Amino acid sequence: MSAESSPKIVIVDESPIRAAILQEGLREAGFTDVVHISEMQSLLAQIFAVDPDVILIDLENPSRDVLEAMFQVSRAVRRPIAMFVDQSDAASIQASVEAGVSAYIVDGLKKERIKPILDLCVSRFNAFAKLQDELDRTKSALEDRKVIDRAKGILMKAKGLTEDEAYVLLRSTAMREKKKISEIAQSILTASEMLK
Amino acid sequence: MTVPLRIGFIPLVDAAALIVAVDKGFTAAEGLDVTLVREVSWSNIRDKLNLGLFEAAHLLAPVAIASSLGLGHIKVPIAAPFNLGLNGNAITISPALHAAIMAEIDGDRFDPMATAIALARVVAKRKKRGAEPLTFGMTFPFSTHNYQLRFWMAAGGVDPDEDVRLVVLPPPYMVESLASGQVDAFCVGAPWNSVAVDLGVGHILHFVSDILVRAAEKVLAVRQNWSEKNPAVLAALIRAAARAAEFIEQPENRAEATNILSQPERIGVDAEVIQRTLVGRLKISPDGTMRESGRYLLVGREDAARPDPVQAAWLFAQMVRWGQTAYSAEALRAAMGVFRPDLYDSALGTGKQAAETSGTIGAFTGPPFKPDDIAGHLDAFAIRYRKA
Repeated sequence: MSAESSPKIVIVDESPIRAAILQEGLREAGFTDVVHISEMQSLLAQIFAVDPDVILIDLENPSRDVLEAMFQVSRAVRRPIAMFVDQSDAASIQASVEAGVSAYIVDGLKKERIKPILDLCVSRFNAFAKLQDELDRTKSALEDRKVIDRAKGILMKAKGLTEDEAYVLLRSTAMREKKKISEIAQSILTASEMLK
Repeated sequence: MTVPLRIGFIPLVDAAALIVAVDKGFTAAEGLDVTLVREVSWSNIRDKLNLGLFEAAHLLAPVAIASSLGLGHIKVPIAAPFNLGLNGNAITISPALHAAIMAEIDGDRFDPMATAIALARVVAKRKKRGAEPLTFGMTFPFSTHNYQLRFWMAAGGVDPDEDVRLVVLPPPYMVESLASGQVDAFCVGAPWNSVAVDLGVGHILHFVSDILVRAAEKVLAVRQNWSEKNPAVLAALIRAAARAAEFIEQPENRAEATNILSQPERIGVDAEVIQRTLVGRLKISPDGTMRESGRYLLVGREDAARPDPVQAAWLFAQMVRWGQTAYSAEALRAAMGVFRPDLYDSALGTGKQAAETSGTIGAFTGPPFKPDDIAGHLDAFAIRYRKA
């Protein structure tokens, strides 16, 4: 690899969305030679075929241990892999592990060329986690709304309340019990199921 | 006041003492508020322990040593004050390889020397007819599984770096890889060997206790500097783990212990499969053949939980034998210093008397292991890594 050309990067990630987000970020930053591997069968053989300079893998992936074998002196390994981070770079490892990604660097790639790749990785992984989190929260808010609506319906029917009165009853009960409105609503659903 | 601790583990039966300590409330009784975090790779556990995201971890004994020596990753000294398990691994092979070995075997099928020599014959025949080399799966470069497979096959004349392929596979993928023919055999801990036998895709050829009488497997690992700053917390954790190990070893508690371990957020496999490994009575072949051993997995009995620095020295010797590191007296001292019977004794008041079993490795071949002459010891083994 010449000093000027873009290093060859492999992304090992079973999440196609996250891989796409990362790939796009890398491309915008000028790293054009990026290959995504999503199939974990014979992972090492696939990596050897690409012969990358940098391998990025998400920490939810059990196959991370497979990559560790490439550190070894074994004859099976054609180009030894080294973690670029040394003792002084603990902060870099910390940031990447917290973001949920790990980088393996093939010997010979200059340290200053790795830093921007890893920084980008960390920011994209964090962005993806935030996105995922928002999605989860939206989903659970929707679920809560459905449960509360059904509980209101039950209360309205059983006690002859208006919708607003049913909601006030749910809310005041939740405050008294120090619980979430959705939890009180859920217990109403459960109880009414049992009393059927 | 309760002390919050985050502890990482891999869903394997030898995490039993840790899981039971938490789920039976033994850690809470010691004033510890433990969150167990289930992880998917040893690399993750190592990194999160090293970086301080975990206070403690269920860890492969060789990884604790490698981390302390700075092998394969950044150097972070680890202390192992409690052994979570001795033995517990098995070598499982495909039905085809099983048939091939049984056709060549001259001697008892549970004798590792007989099977290793038979394996060498199978390997030689395959080479002669130009077949692909056999592939063996193991869990990590710095793992007992790696060293146990190598120790065994080298005794029969098979060079693990020349004659076969050794590949790392995450334990949950082992069975599938054996079924699909990606690997011909693997060495892994419970419950995966039993799962392969139950599915009819593998035969358990050896319990690791056939190869080594006592083999340190997983340890409870903490950062050495954390252990120095938090001696009281660590002692409380050791006491809770010791109480759990003792609980698990009582036959009348087995049902409760296996039920705890089988929960989906813990090991997440059938309680009966876990029970087999704790009792040491395993189905070893798809036709239903059973084999029983009192040494399959030792959690607390026979002083299994007390760390033995000789075990650390043996593991270090394997790293030297297979070229993962060079021998030095300083590195040996550092490796032995990872295993901390002193911390175990001071937490449990077990006193200074060395256990009778201390220093026992009990390998099926080679001279008795002596940590003070590792170079001489390794000279007794013809097959080892040699610089090209």
